[in-house]
Amino acid sequence: MTDDRRYDVVVIGAGVVGTAIGRQLARYRLRTVLLERANDVGTGTSKANTAIVHTGFDTRPGSLESSLVRRGHELLRSYARASGIALEETGAVLVAWNAEQAARLDDVLAKARANGYERAARMDLDELARREPHLAEGATGAVTIPDESIICPWSTSIAFASEAVGAGVELRLGVDVADVERDGREWVVQTSEGPIRADWVVNAAGLGADILNRRFGHDEFTIAPRRGQLIVFDKLARGLVSSILLPVPTERTKGVLVAPTVYGNVLLGPTAEDIEGRADTVTTAAGLDGLLDAGRRILPALVDEEVTATYAGIRAATEHGDYQISIHEEEHYACVGGIRSTGLTASLAIAEHVVDHMGAGGLSLVEAEHEPEIPHMPELGERATRAFEDDRLGAADPAYRHVVCFCERVTDGELRDALAATVPATDLGGLRRRTRATNGRCQGFFCGAAIAARLAER
Amino acid sequence: MTRTLVSVDALVVGAGPAGLAAATALRAGAAGRVVVLDREDEAGGTPRLCEHTGFGLRDLRRVLRGPAYARRWVERATESGVDIRTRSMVTAWGGPLRAQVTGPEGLLEVDARAVVLATGARERPRAARLVPGTRPSGIFTTGQLQHWVQRQRLPLAGRALIVGAEHVSYSAVLILREAGVHPVALVTDLPHTQTFRSFDLATRLGLHVPVWTRTAVTGVTGRDRVDGVLVRDPDDTERTVAVDVVVFTGDFIPDNELARLAHLSMDPGTKGPACDVDGATSAPGVFATGNLVHAAETADVAARRATAVGSAAAAWLRDGDRSPARPATVRLRVTDPLLWVAPNLAVPGRAGTEPLLVRTQVFLDRPRLEVTQGGRLLGSFRPRRMIPNRSHALPSECLRLVRPGDDVRLSVS
Repeated sequence: MTDDRRYDVVVIGAGVVGTAIGRQLARYRLRTVLLERANDVGTGTSKANTAIVHTGFDTRPGSLESSLVRRGHELLRSYARASGIALEETGAVLVAWNAEQAARLDDVLAKARANGYERAARMDLDELARREPHLAEGATGAVTIPDESIICPWSTSIAFASEAVGAGVELRLGVDVADVERDGREWVVQTSEGPIRADWVVNAAGLGADILNRRFGHDEFTIAPRRGQLIVFDKLARGLVSSILLPVPTERTKGVLVAPTVYGNVLLGPTAEDIEGRADTVTTAAGLDGLLDAGRRILPALVDEEVTATYAGIRAATEHGDYQISIHEEEHYACVGGIRSTGLTASLAIAEHVVDHMGAGGLSLVEAEHEPEIPHMPELGERATRAFEDDRLGAADPAYRHVVCFCERVTDGELRDALAATVPATDLGGLRRRTRATNGRCQGFFCGAAIAARLAER
Repeated sequence: MTRTLVSVDALVVGAGPAGLAAATALRAGAAGRVVVLDREDEAGGTPRLCEHTGFGLRDLRRVLRGPAYARRWVERATESGVDIRTRSMVTAWGGPLRAQVTGPEGLLEVDARAVVLATGARERPRAARLVPGTRPSGIFTTGQLQHWVQRQRLPLAGRALIVGAEHVSYSAVLILREAGVHPVALVTDLPHTQTFRSFDLATRLGLHVPVWTRTAVTGVTGRDRVDGVLVRDPDDTERTVAVDVVVFTGDFIPDNELARLAHLSMDPGTKGPACDVDGATSAPGVFATGNLVHAAETADVAARRATAVGSAAAAWLRDGDRSPARPATVRLRVTDPLLWVAPNLAVPGRAGTEPLLVRTQVFLDRPRLEVTQGGRLLGSFRPRRMIPNRSHALPSECLRLVRPGDDVRLSVS
């Protein structure tokens, strides 16, 4: 569609960062459009990660990442509570497995304090054994980080986008940005759907942020894609672990962890592989074997359980040790790049930071008449009362009594809702991320075709 | 959450051939109120989706197509007074014999005097087999393929690779052909096909679909849709087979979630609940039968064995606590290269009416199988050939010699 309407802000990229920025902009009297190449929000790095809400205890003290993760942690926790995004406060235990790692635990504690996180503490081995009775033998030391949590990463982007759209932000999916040009005082964003004119442009293009940044004539960073493969174990493994089990981090990576998921599964991963292709989200035999070996050393009983899914995500690492956020006030261009694995946690704080700086740089931030309404997200958490066991829903509408996806216990009513939501599912992936349908142990053996038929009906 | 309490004499979970046969036998044994719950839209289980013939030989003494066979068992159960409820899913246990159910009547708590689990089996999907690569669409199990082609009549086209060469793999070939998809080959990492010679010949020579043996599936390619499968040939060379569809067949595992949630003692081989010749599990009053305890057998075998389990459950209901104390069961374990045996609990001094089912991991020619307990030989057998993914039936008579105490071992000498 060619459109000569002019926007105050165009945000390129609707991952968790782009949607958070869209949501933040929706608070003001601005015409904002959110552009996304994929046919849904949150489909890149935002959907394939470890789904941990970090405290930032191991970020680099004094970095922008450190302060935004700390602030984002608080913001996201209260947003999840308000919107119904599944979040479980499991806490984490960082476990040392040899003398060398145990010797580094004091550094871990010191770093946590330097990051403004005071609640990390030593945990003695007896208490570790009580809390995690299925842990392998041979731990040499442990630190508890009680505020690390797990979240539903999919609902997060969708909630942000829904709130933004509900407050008048336009969301355009399936739009490719080809180039940007300057026309007098305006930006002209050339897209697969024609030119879009705007006063400000925000680059939240994730793995493509460096390439887009160069189109604006900047070259502060290059994305060095780092692949993380993960294994999701059957829900029957959930009883094996109560907190997130972290290894002692190294400079390069946080290492392989074992974490419960809010859907009631157990996650093992990620690998950390520097790769060439930014779309190379493949799993490899070596990667999966390595994870199983690591898992066996951490939680031996885990690897005897069935695997439900494997996937790979790509982190937008750069040559720098920090987020690459710059607000070019003169140009009315904001670049939000290099948002690494902590981006989900920091998203709301990043948005607050970026929009505040855009305001300081001249964007008119006049509050909108109505505050955006926080959306009410469907209950996807295993700990919540889900639709199939909520008879207030079922009594009002029998569609919530009809379980279609058996493994994940998704009802017909929830599938229908996801297809008619503010930001609706348009394909199977979208439906999976909004309802959990077909994500379970049978991977569609029972309901895959019925769900495909529902999508085809649309 | 308030649940409506329903009291029954026997609750059967799963309305496939095994569940319906067990329920029918319960009614025949004067068990009183017998309710079968099934989470699917209709009763009948997997045969509903199997258009091919060959059902009913061992239980109904006739040969029927799958849907007709399924209907026959639904009629039998209904005629015998079984109450079948569909779209009714047991989601948790409120106690050892209390099922929490979501269904058309809302949330129920079904309180039973006896429970028979007949929740069946499923094929291991791609991820559970740890096949690496991309995650495109076009990847199926046979079960999903049946629903896709025969139920929902959704489109499918191009070329397909079938992973597996057991009975169900050959069904997948027929379903694909019916859907207009060209089956390129069946792939198995075992040295031979595991099906009947007649199926194998009809497929290879009649339909010109080859079986690639000693060949491993090592990856899936394609971004949005499958465009290829990586296979490793017997000489260790890897190649890509260009296909649009991949069907992961067989490699059955029991749907054991409810058994696990009920904290039943599980058998490490079958991955179903450990059970004796009566289907009795580690929990008093809880029985298990069908492909939950022997994944996967043909429907008629499952139904026949379930009839025996249903009768035993009815007897348990009649005699209950008044029955003479049974001696403690002992474990029946297999050793490599055997995979499992069902049943896998032995009641000292008792043999069942149905044979033991034994599975092997590798092809065995004229193996000597021995059943021993603490060095005592209880029986030995000399089957002609044992084939992976197929059960071998052994007379259960030798279990009569079992004594309390040591585990019983089934091994290849």
